[in-house]
Amino acid sequence: MSKRFPWLLVSIIVLIIITIWIVWPTTQGVQVGGKKIIQTKLGLDLVGGVQALLEADLPSGTPVDPAALSTARQIVENRVNGLGVNDAVVQQAGGNRILVELPGETDPAKALAALQQTGLLEFVDFTKLTAQEIAALQLPNTVIKTDFVGGTTTSTSPTPTTSATSPVTSTGVTSPTGVTKPEQIYHTVMTGAQLSSVAVQTTATGGYEVAFVLKPDGAQTFKDFTTANVGKTLAIVLDKKVISAPNIQNPITEGKGVITGNYTIDSANALAIQLKYGSLPIPLRVASSQTVGPTLGQDSLRRSLIAGVIGMIVVMLYMALYYRLPGIVADLALIVYALIAFSIFKLIPITLTLPGIAGFVLSVGVAVDANVLIFERMKEELRAGRTLRQAVDLGWGRAWPSIRDSNFSTLITCFILGYFGKQFGASIVLGFALTLGIGVLVSMFTAIIVTRTFLHLVLDNIEFSEHHVWFGVARSL
Amino acid sequence: MLNIVGRRYLFFGISLLVIIPGMIALALWGLPLAIDFSGGSLLQARFDSGTLPQPAQILEVYRQNGYGDSQVQTSGNDQIIVRTKEMDEATKSQIVAALSKQFNTNITVLRFDTVGPAVGSEVATRAAGAVALAALGITLYITYAFRGVQHAFRYGISAIIAMLHDVLVVIGVTAILCHFLHWEVDPLFLTALLTVIGFSVHDTIVVFDRIRENSNTYRRLPYETVVNHSIVQTLARSINTQLTVMFTLLALLLFGGITIRHFVLTLLIGVFSGTYSSIFNAAPILVVWENREWRNWFRKNPQEASA
Repeated sequence: MSKRFPWLLVSIIVLIIITIWIVWPTTQGVQVGGKKIIQTKLGLDLVGGVQALLEADLPSGTPVDPAALSTARQIVENRVNGLGVNDAVVQQAGGNRILVELPGETDPAKALAALQQTGLLEFVDFTKLTAQEIAALQLPNTVIKTDFVGGTTTSTSPTPTTSATSPVTSTGVTSPTGVTKPEQIYHTVMTGAQLSSVAVQTTATGGYEVAFVLKPDGAQTFKDFTTANVGKTLAIVLDKKVISAPNIQNPITEGKGVITGNYTIDSANALAIQLKYGSLPIPLRVASSQTVGPTLGQDSLRRSLIAGVIGMIVVMLYMALYYRLPGIVADLALIVYALIAFSIFKLIPITLTLPGIAGFVLSVGVAVDANVLIFERMKEELRAGRTLRQAVDLGWGRAWPSIRDSNFSTLITCFILGYFGKQFGASIVLGFALTLGIGVLVSMFTAIIVTRTFLHLVLDNIEFSEHHVWFGVARSL
Repeated sequence: MLNIVGRRYLFFGISLLVIIPGMIALALWGLPLAIDFSGGSLLQARFDSGTLPQPAQILEVYRQNGYGDSQVQTSGNDQIIVRTKEMDEATKSQIVAALSKQFNTNITVLRFDTVGPAVGSEVATRAAGAVALAALGITLYITYAFRGVQHAFRYGISAIIAMLHDVLVVIGVTAILCHFLHWEVDPLFLTALLTVIGFSVHDTIVVFDRIRENSNTYRRLPYETVVNHSIVQTLARSINTQLTVMFTLLALLLFGGITIRHFVLTLLIGVFSGTYSSIFNAAPILVVWENREWRNWFRKNPQEASA
């Protein structure tokens, strides 16, 4: 026997131990440099959640500035992080779209509204209004006009209503019911661009308030304005809607202030996010969205796992019955294959979706195919009167071109599918291509290296002439 | 020894028997596109009370909200699937609330998808591009892989003809199923189709590889005999591989989630067709080409051709 097999065997056993440790369900979230490196990521279709494809909402024909889209992506990501969703995904898809995935999010209306807001924040002078007028301006669906023009405000109505519980009659932001003074134009003292930091803090009475710090320019403007208008109202306006109308209690001279009101932890956080992540460089609209309820997801996960296990067992039984001893060896190699593939899924990590699991199960079929090709070749060589060892080596050598060429063509398909999926934010297609592709690559390794090493190990310890039935060959020639 | 190549016209006929009705179905009914390609919204929801009203009653609620041309379908004992034109989140919540009130039950939203029409048509166009690109890539690879063989080009073209056969079988059967079972073609169908293309070529290459090898070994035998030899030699492998892939797909079909049922069935049809075409079509086409049999196809005595 060639001397390299003991070394291969040792390496394979080490590999098996490492992969068992990685695949073991309790091995989760090993930290390396503050980054989780081992994790099982489940796709939206398995845990439920919201997926949205946001599209630059520009007049057709207007080119999308890649830098602006990239900035928008960053801002959307900040907002998503602000929503407190774990494992959220925010990716650019193609030249004008951003893909957002929020696993486990149960309130799609709220999430989508938060993402789309162009978020132009203004501090508006309400000092000349009565309390009654201010209250009227804070009604839902009321839009005010300000003298701030520029930035992203040129697009007419980039966002729908932000409220999930909008009245039945609502047809958009221009509902006539709440607008008291449509012609009135209010003065913008400054915009959200002047904020340097924002934080939520608790008050002495157990409530919540939002504290902010201004940049030097803004601090000066704010100082002048608040000193002149103590006791009057300064409105906080987001996308021309009044979100808060606090009174100026003291002059704010050092560029630091707090916004108080009847805030809950949620509404205070929401306000802080709106203040922090000002305006998007380009308006976005929801081009497509997908919501999967958690029940459907869990059911799908359970079913596909059962299907995967049953499929593997049937394949393994078939191999053992048809190819006897080599079949059992191939089954062992198949287990190693599953361990390696799953370890890779956890290490990269690959987001497992339903089609992704289907891709993996399908690649089990491919993994077996390599072994079938080799064993059929081996049997032929045995029937042609070769010794067992010759037959094993010839079987591998002659089956290799078939395995290589056929798997390469499958990889070409995977590559094109993956590219297509990535371009369109079609994560289900991408998931399928990734698991199938990785499966095909790993299967070539296990079929060629692992099965062969195991089989040589067995051959060193038995005499073929006594046990030809073990190899599924009728009689020894 | 089995004579597969000798009966090649019988096997070509069986292929046509499946493909022609499928193509007629495609021409008559077309492929109904899912909202992913056509744009629109889809709501899948469960009535927690367990009793479903008539679809017409549900449609009425949609009509009242301005979505009169919606399609309502029931699924299982307690679920509905409603396809509408593009709808936003707020309207959806409003309609679900209306349904909940009218039929006096809690309603759980299982799935809600919305696709803008622009995205839909773009996906459909690019998808066609992806299929063409895959076919091109594979042809180039085969021509490269068989570069040492005489008429390497024929192998590439034959593999692509066999692949087209599988594409036509899958599309045709899907057209029939879509019409009678009210299925729709979605991105997963496309994924299945591309996978079938990959596997079809995978199978064909295994047979061609053996022809490549045998052509060198048995130079004196007629080409037809060499091809038949190669098919028979790889038959056990072809059937075994097909069976193992079929086992895993059947497991997914029977026990996997309902969401991927169409996808798995499409794959099953495609994988079966892929194995069939690699054994009974791809390799025999090489023989047809070698003998230039098309010269006899339209003569009065067809015996000559199939001899």
